[in-house]
Order: sequence, then structure tokens, then C-alpha cells
Amino acid sequence: MDIAIEGLTHSYGGHAALVDVSLRIAGGSFVALVGASGSGKSTLLRAINGLVRPDAGIVRVGGRDVTAEEPARLRRSIGYVFQNIGLFPHMSVAENIAIGPRLSGRSVDVAAMLRLVGLPEDYGTRRPAELSGGEQQRVGVARALATEARLVLLDEPFGALDPVTRDALGRAYRALHDRLGLTSVMVTHDMAEALLLADRVLVMAAGRIVADATPAGMLAGEAGPEAAALVAVPARQAAALAALAR
Amino acid sequence: MSDPRWIAAFAQVPGLAAQHVLLAAAALGLALFISLPLALAARRRPRLRATALAAAGLVQTIPGLALLALFYPLLLALSALLGGGVPALGFLPSLLALTVYAVLPILRNALAALAGLDPAVLQAADGMGMTAAQKLRLVEAPLAAPVAMAGVRTAAVWTIGTATLATTVGQPSLGNLIFAGLQTENWVLVVAGCVAAAGLALAADGLLALIERGLAARRRLPLWLGLAGIAFGLAGAALPLAPRGDRPTITVGAKNFSEQFILARVIGARLERAGYRVRYSEGLGSGVAWRALGQGDIDVYVDYSGTLWANAMGRRDTPPAARMNEEIGRWAWTTAGVTVLGSLGFENAYALAMRGDRARALGIASMADLARAAPQLTLGADLEFLDRPEWAAIRSAYRLRFAATRAYAPSFMYRALASGQADVISAFSSDGRIAADGLIVLADPAHAVPAYDALLLVGHRAGGDPAIRAALGPLIGAIPVARMRTANYLVDRDADKKSPAEAAGWLLPE
Repeated sequence: MDIAIEGLTHSYGGHAALVDVSLRIAGGSFVALVGASGSGKSTLLRAINGLVRPDAGIVRVGGRDVTAEEPARLRRSIGYVFQNIGLFPHMSVAENIAIGPRLSGRSVDVAAMLRLVGLPEDYGTRRPAELSGGEQQRVGVARALATEARLVLLDEPFGALDPVTRDALGRAYRALHDRLGLTSVMVTHDMAEALLLADRVLVMAAGRIVADATPAGMLAGEAGPEAAALVAVPARQAAALAALAR
Repeated sequence: MSDPRWIAAFAQVPGLAAQHVLLAAAALGLALFISLPLALAARRRPRLRATALAAAGLVQTIPGLALLALFYPLLLALSALLGGGVPALGFLPSLLALTVYAVLPILRNALAALAGLDPAVLQAADGMGMTAAQKLRLVEAPLAAPVAMAGVRTAAVWTIGTATLATTVGQPSLGNLIFAGLQTENWVLVVAGCVAAAGLALAADGLLALIERGLAARRRLPLWLGLAGIAFGLAGAALPLAPRGDRPTITVGAKNFSEQFILARVIGARLERAGYRVRYSEGLGSGVAWRALGQGDIDVYVDYSGTLWANAMGRRDTPPAARMNEEIGRWAWTTAGVTVLGSLGFENAYALAMRGDRARALGIASMADLARAAPQLTLGADLEFLDRPEWAAIRSAYRLRFAATRAYAPSFMYRALASGQADVISAFSSDGRIAADGLIVLADPAHAVPAYDALLLVGHRAGGDPAIRAALGPLIGAIPVARMRTANYLVDRDADKKSPAEAAGWLLPE
């Protein structure tokens, strides 16, 4: 599912969050949006499913202009996973997973969705509060995928998890992305995560895209000085760890 | 508890409790109907939110009794504006006052519940593609309900407690027992009313707590148990509303003192014997009772010729009793469609009374004598007396200047006289305590106050029913003042008190 963004501009009370951003994302790719807080990466992500209504510009998903579409309907066809997870605490795990299809008047095989994200089937009857953070986010992913969405937006999806869980979940999601042929756009402030999971890394600063390259290109310094500075940290850490192991 | 007084008191509880429950439930339902949409509308509008909370909070600062009292003139004015037809007494003012009272706790808790929702959950609801209505139904309402229910519980307990005050605007409630008991110092009635009202409040709170627990834990059983309990209670309370028999219900009014309570029961007993269903609207203020009769909120009550003459008619002259009654009869019919069936046979005049020993020591036998000693004396008066034209007439006729004046509820006024807190009191000539306490009534040589014959008044609707006239006719001229005094004393005395209904039975044995 291709995404085409043209001239996207948005500001919050005088602060420019997006400045004339244009971008094309090919269907089936895994794109990471990296940048400091306030760089505009979350605003860009949320403009894609209409959670942010941009001041100017056009977003097309699969050729359809989403700014012209009724936002609630639009969001039902796009998966959304975010840092605070936001499982509905008054619903069981199964009800949480089934909520998207239910809104569209359809049903879903909850057991299959649980298997897909690596959770036991009997988790369906539990309340979200009975699950660990990592398990909750797996349910969050299952909930996003239950709508048969081909496009999934992830806003710091693993940011609140411990490093081990974070790594496991990241790799599990990447595997799902490949298996289901998804298009994924992930916001993260962690360059290492972006480099390891994505096919393409976009660096944002002050509402603009300042670098755009593959992970290999980033590491090779093809993306310019800002990107190089961000990449330098995990590269140096990796070298230091390798030296320790020797 | 096998004491007949307790049995008699608690026998009145079911009927009054049913009215009490229906009133409180209607007020609570209406308050919910107003508060919940208001909370939804106000939660993202800070100015509306602040205004609504401030208005609801302001209403709360008005004492419940005053709020009820305010709705009476308000509805009278509204009725006049609409050309009549809006009842100013009874259910409507009680419902309105209790409703505005119940809005604050419900509104405040609903707003707090909505504000306390986890932003991540709301973001997820948006991200999943819920419309505003779906978000409210599937996420916000179920998550906010337990906190909002706490407000409903508070409102329910307040409303049930405050509903006892509805008695004062003529709506029967458990307050009937409390007010009647307070006026006649019949503590058995007061306790019965309090226990019943407290029991109702506890039961309602318990059932709502079950619902709250069911909502919070998302468990069906407590939720259904609570709802079933409330439905059962409401159905039980509504049962007496079902039409029974072909005779209409007659509302008998009474002002707020023992004699009125007794006479209301005398009238009610005669009407019941004639096959009518009878409701009592007791504890009405003097002016309120007369207007309630004209409005059709009550059908029959006893008022006193001098009271109507001076207050309702605004007359200042004091003609002989016979001419006065004749004029009142004509005036009542032409101005309010009220029929004066006649005098019951005794007078309950406004008078000044003193303890016999004190009056003899000071050499006082009449109001003229009193003028001399008044600057050293304290006047104890009932709540109305000091504002009444009779007092103005007496004061100016005898140039009375007291050292101090104090107002009391009628029952407490006699206590004040006995204990020496007051030297002179405003007294009623049919009061049983005059003879019993050894008081003397001061003569009125200048005829400053008019006669106070007890007149049986019937409103427009009941006045047109010959069967009612036939049922009440035998009361005319049937109650001499000595019998009325004794009946009053049965209720007012401290030991072996009788209820107004028992005194009524004694007054007219048949």
C-alpha cells in the first residue's frame, strides 16, 4: 500500500511541527522515522491516519486522499500501535482484539490472532491488567492487525518495554511484517532500533526530513552530517562491545 | 414496641414511605436526565463547565427548606403568567427543588469521572476508528460509570433526606411524621419518621452500591441484583397509585399546629366513612393553606375568621362575629370559589397570656394593665404573630413596648413561659395548656382584635359535591371550645400523649 505525501504543513499554536514535507513510501516497505522530541515525526505519522488534520498538504494512501475521507472510517483500515498501548481495561483480551472488526460489523478469529503474536490462546479471557507489559503490547499488535490492515503505523511501539522484551518484540513484529506483506511506518527515537528493523530510515529535525537512506547507507555516511551524528552513537557502542568481547 | 403509640406511628409509615420513594426517585431520575448530558457537553468546554458547577454549587448553599419555599411563589407567578393550571404546592415544587439539589453531586462526579479517563485509552479508541458515539458507548461510559455512580449515591442519600422537607409545601412524605411529631412534641412520631427515612436512604445507597460494584468489576450478578431491588422498591411504592374504587381522593389540609392536625383527622375520618380516599397535606403555613385551597391543591381545611379577615382580606375593622362570618362567606365564594360550610362552634382567638401567679403579682388582668409593666417584660410569640396585623392592632391600641420579643414554635412557647424565659406569650384561646398550666388570658377591653371562629372551608371541586357537604355538615356547631381544648391537651401534654388521630377519635366518638 503506497503512501504519497505532498507539501504537508502543520503547526501547533505557532510552533511549526511540519514544514512542507513531501515523501513517497512504497508498499511493503518498513520505514523508520527518527528524530529528537518535537522534530515532527509523530505529527507526520498521525497525519497519515487522520489523528492530525494538517493545515496544508495532501496525504494519499493507496491512491486515496485521506484528508478528504471520514477519519473514523479511514482509521479502521489502518493499524495503529503506540507506546502507551491503550488496551481497553474493561474488556477482556479477546474483546480488545475483536474491537476493530466489531466496529466494521465483522468478526475475527481471536485464537489465530493470539497465535500470530505468540501468545497462548487461553489469554483471550484475561483482563489486560493481568498481562505483563510485553504481553500487553503483543495484544496491541494483534488488535491492530485484526482489522486485516495492510498498513500499520507504530508510534514508539516498544519504547516503554525493558530491553530484552523490546528486542524480542521488535524482531517478532519484523517477522510479521515480512510474512503478511505489511507496509509499516514506525516512529522511534532509538537509531539502533531503526537501523536493525527498518528498510529505510528517515531523520527529521524541526519539521523537515533532513536525511533519507537505507540502514547501510546511513552507516556509510551517505545521508549527511545530521544523520551521521545520530548513527555514530550506536556504531561506537557496537564497536566498543565488539572490543570487549574480543 | 408493642406500645400502641409505636404501632400507630409505624402504621402510617408504608403509605408515606411510598410517596417519599416516588418523589425522591422522580427527582433523582430528572437530575440524572439533566446532569449526564450536561456533563458530556461541559467536559471540553471549560466555561460551560465552570458555569454549570458554580450554578449547581450555588443552589447547594440554599438551605433545602428555603429552596422548597422559593418554588412556591415562583410557581404561583408562573401559573399566573400561563393563566393558571400550574400547581404551586405538592408534588411539583418538591420535585423541582429536590432535582436542582441533586444535580451537583451527579454533575461533579460525572465530570471528574470523564476527566479521570486514561488518555492512552482514549487515543486508542480514536486510533481504532471509533466515532464519537461509539467511543462514548464502548469506552467512556463503561469506564466512567463506577466513579459517576458514587455521585448518584450521594445524590440519592441527600434527596431521600431532604424529601422529608416536602411536607412543608404540602407533598406527603415521611416528613409528615417528623413535622407532626415536632409540633405536637410527640417524639414517637419523630423517631418513626427518622427511622423510616434513614432506612430508605440506607436501602437506596446499598442497592446503588451493588450496581456500582457490578459496573466496576463488570460482573452481572450485583448489577442485576441492584437494578432488581430498585425496580422492586419503585413498583411497591407505585402500587397504591393504581386506581381503587370510584370515589375520588380528597386532600385535607392542615396548618402547623396540634389543633389543625386533630381537625384534619376529624374531617378525614368523616370523609373516609363516606367512602372517600383521603390524603393529608399537613404543616402548611397560614397564607399557604388559604391559597392552596383556592388553587385546588387541597380540598378542605379549617381556618379562623379573624385570620382570613385580617390577612387574606386585609380588613382592619372588627365587626361582630356574625356579620364578619357572613362577609367572609361572600368574599371567599366570589374571589376564590371557596365555600364556607360554617363555624365548628368554637373560637381560637389570638390573645396574650401570662402565668397566673406572675399576672397577680404584677396586678395585670387586661392588655390595658399590661401596657404599664411591658417595658420590663419579655414577649414570647409564635413564628407568625409578630408579623400579623393583630399584633400591630394590639400594640397600637394599648401602646405596648416590651423589653424584648422572641419567636418560638408554638409548643416551645409554652415551655418558655413556664421557665420564665418569656413573661407574656401570644396564646390561642382554644389551647388546652391555658387551663392545664394555670395561665390567664388577658382581656381585650378595646376590642383591638377580631373574632376567630373556626370555619370549615371547602374548595371549588369538593364544594360542588353534595356528598362531601353531607359528610361534613354534621361538624358545624358540633365542637364547643371546652372539648377542643381537651382534645388539644391530649396531644400537647407531656405525659401520655395521644396522636392527632387518637384525639380526633376522642373528639367525635360515634
